[in-house]
Amino acid sequence: MGRVKTIARRTFLIGSVAVAGGVAFGTYLVRRTPDNPLLADASSGDAIFNPWVKIDSEKITLITPHCDKGQGVVSVQAALIAEELDVEFGQFETDFGKPSGAYWNTAMAEEGVPFMATDRSFAAETMRGVMGGLLKVMGLQGTGGSSTVADSYYKLRQAGAVARETLKLAASKKSGIPVEQLKTSKGAVQLPGGFELKYTELAEAASVLDPVQNVTLRDPSQWRLLGKPMQRLDILGKSTGTLNYGIDLSVEGMVYAAVKINPRQGGAIKSFNAVEAKKMRGVIDIFEITGGVAVIADNTWRAVMAVEAIEFDWGVAPYPAEQDEHWKVVGDSFTPELLDSQWRNDGDVDAVIQGEGVLESEYRSPYVAHAPLEPLNAIVKVTDENVEVWSGHQLQRQLQVLVAAVTGHEQEQVTFHNQYIGGSFGHRLEFEHLKQAAEIANKMRGTPVKLTYSREEDFAHDFPRHLSVGRGRGKVADGKVIALDLQIAAPSVIGSQMSRANIPVPGPDSQISAGSWNNPYNLANYRMRAYRAPELAPVSSWRAVGAPGAGFEFDCMLDELIHAAGADPIEERIRLMDHDVSRKVLETVAEMSSWGAELAKGSGRGVAFVESFGVPVAEVVEVTKMENGIKIDKVWVACDVGKIIDPVNFENLVQGGVIFGLGHAMNCEITYSDGMANQSNYHAHEGLRLYQCPHIEVRGLENGDKIRGIGEPPVPPAAPALANAIFAATNLRIREMPFNKHIDFV
Amino acid sequence: MQITVNGNQHEIDVEDDMPLLWILRDELGITGPKYGCGIAQCGACTVHVEGIAVRSCQVRAADIDGEITTIEGLGQPDALHAVQSAWVEHQVAQCGYCQSGQIMQAASFLDQNDDPSDEEIDSAMSSNLCRCGTYPRIRKAVKTAAENLRSA
Ligand code: FES
Ligand code: FES
Repeated sequence: MGRVKTIARRTFLIGSVAVAGGVAFGTYLVRRTPDNPLLADASSGDAIFNPWVKIDSEKITLITPHCDKGQGVVSVQAALIAEELDVEFGQFETDFGKPSGAYWNTAMAEEGVPFMATDRSFAAETMRGVMGGLLKVMGLQGTGGSSTVADSYYKLRQAGAVARETLKLAASKKSGIPVEQLKTSKGAVQLPGGFELKYTELAEAASVLDPVQNVTLRDPSQWRLLGKPMQRLDILGKSTGTLNYGIDLSVEGMVYAAVKINPRQGGAIKSFNAVEAKKMRGVIDIFEITGGVAVIADNTWRAVMAVEAIEFDWGVAPYPAEQDEHWKVVGDSFTPELLDSQWRNDGDVDAVIQGEGVLESEYRSPYVAHAPLEPLNAIVKVTDENVEVWSGHQLQRQLQVLVAAVTGHEQEQVTFHNQYIGGSFGHRLEFEHLKQAAEIANKMRGTPVKLTYSREEDFAHDFPRHLSVGRGRGKVADGKVIALDLQIAAPSVIGSQMSRANIPVPGPDSQISAGSWNNPYNLANYRMRAYRAPELAPVSSWRAVGAPGAGFEFDCMLDELIHAAGADPIEERIRLMDHDVSRKVLETVAEMSSWGAELAKGSGRGVAFVESFGVPVAEVVEVTKMENGIKIDKVWVACDVGKIIDPVNFENLVQGGVIFGLGHAMNCEITYSDGMANQSNYHAHEGLRLYQCPHIEVRGLENGDKIRGIGEPPVPPAAPALANAIFAATNLRIREMPFNKHIDFV
Repeated sequence: MQITVNGNQHEIDVEDDMPLLWILRDELGITGPKYGCGIAQCGACTVHVEGIAVRSCQVRAADIDGEITTIEGLGQPDALHAVQSAWVEHQVAQCGYCQSGQIMQAASFLDQNDDPSDEEIDSAMSSNLCRCGTYPRIRKAVKTAAENLRSA
């Protein structure tokens, strides 16, 4: 097993070397079904049909292993099961379940393969299959990469159908009526003559049957829940303050902790003076932990106040102290030695990009914080026998591994209670706060410790989105774009992030240039090269990962060329588009926005198209130049996820993604001085506020042949569409985010 | 000192400068009001003092002057306030972490102006941040709540 683990970890999320590793497993390991975690806690009479459905004499429980950080996936997962199981909302409870290899993510591998999402070639599909097998062997449970719906769509409906058919079999045995004459609805098996047997009444009989595996999934035309507006299961709790997040929990005998870790991330703590802090009211203890100091108190505020009263002598940052140096390192990375991958090389850019009609530009995308509104927090209790963790996290099993490594327990001894999450945007893929809480609790065995980050600590240790520089050269002729040679340099976000999760990742990082190489354009001469800049500040996946930066650089460069050619921004994109589903997305956004209609004086429109996580998204932004700055009036969005599970939640997520993309493009960046992030709270990293929010019209298409997630894909086109609109309204071409460095917003 | 929260009296013994937010959350275990920024930037901590929306992270213990209402006191899942019903109807929440504060802000605002213009809604609701970007639904829900309050 040791060898398997090593290979599996080394090949996580990578391209070409994965095949070699995958073959080494043989088919046995890939076929083997991981143990069902529900069986471990089962009592006699509990009917457990699979890892997602459990029914006893009292209640129906649906396990929703994907964490919910606002995307509504508790409801989506439950609805997928309930559709086939024939239970209604209100008839079941949900539970995040225990971390388990049985919940391995079948869809997360897609983004890791070095093929475009539109590529259905044998090689591409084989690689996806191999990568999926790897995640299964690793038992990689995780939420991210907009993969929840794609992962759950088939298997959760299957889980519901298996449970339903087994319950029918139990009812048949009990009643003597053949299965063919039985129907199910509203949590019961319906017998002829108007009688019914509730699932809970059948649980005991079903518990001794082998689940019926031979089931047929219903055709979407028969769906009662899916594809229709649903009331989210969490909506009442979230509208009444009664839903608990990790930060709201308390555990018997709990103490409150705050930390200050060297704000030069990864730097040492040389010394500290806590004499005054120790005297403060409510302070129980103060001690050094890895990289900083923890204060234990009887209340969060007292712990934070005491942390602020400590004097520190911090070591230097393991990266350049000043922001200019970061930009210089990235700017110097366009060298043959640092070439990470050449993703596209169509035609002959060197020969074509010469003479008349050549255009050159440089783009920048800065570090940006995740800053979810619920600051990072965790409750940890360590005893000699086991560890319990209460928190919200996206990588449940890796959390167990890393916490166990801190406390000296085995992974199996760590119980993790996942919680509803007050936003993540990628921040809850990180583990440092959990390791710190575990380290503190390990020093206080027997006492539960609740660690809450102050907002300032959260910003200082955000692990922002990576910065990047894009350099483009292109050529236009005869009113058309005929060539683009784009180079993007950035530190590897996957490398930085996975090093903290103890998962080495060899091979190229597709996220350096995601959103640029993979757009399904057929430009006669197109070269796209990505350069891996040396590691700088530690960085992490930020909603849509590489595509918000690289997509901005790519799409605005294309827009410049289109304007230089004198072509229409949408028509030229449609002309270049080589993928029917994506072309339809562009045509739809043109129709929705009445593209080409006369605009008021001072107004302008921009369009952008970026594909991420297999989802083509086109956005049109309309702005008006006011006396005091730019006003964003309207946004139209068209996208295609193959199938929409809940149109209401879908619209909410798309609008939210657009707002997230616009807000950060307008006014957010993280910069470093003296090795520390300059931005410490929302006043300096504001995002969009309600008065600035445009009217946003959304249309979801269903032409794609695979079902996809919508959490991230609406983000990347927002920034380039805004920049392109500002250009249309003002003639000012902004080539770096945040745009408020160049123009004001009202 | 004594404070009244949601109609209940509590005896508390805290420093003069402890913010009301932390009195509610960590001393009294009332967790509807959320900590988001601590510096009056996000509005997640919004509660009512004598019916007026305030940022509880900015109200020191010594300055508490009047009865406090938190989201738990505004309405309950089986007895929703008009603003909460509108929030449910429009399914405003994504992560939901900001929504206690949004709802308390809206309830106080509509109490003073139950027929607001779009501009008035925008300016009343703009000091509450929503990182998930639920603003379009907040606007709609405030309008629906206003209609319902007027016809009540
Ligand atoms: S926590 Fe009070 S305004 Fe943000
Ligand atoms: S719903 Fe997540 S911050 Fe508003």
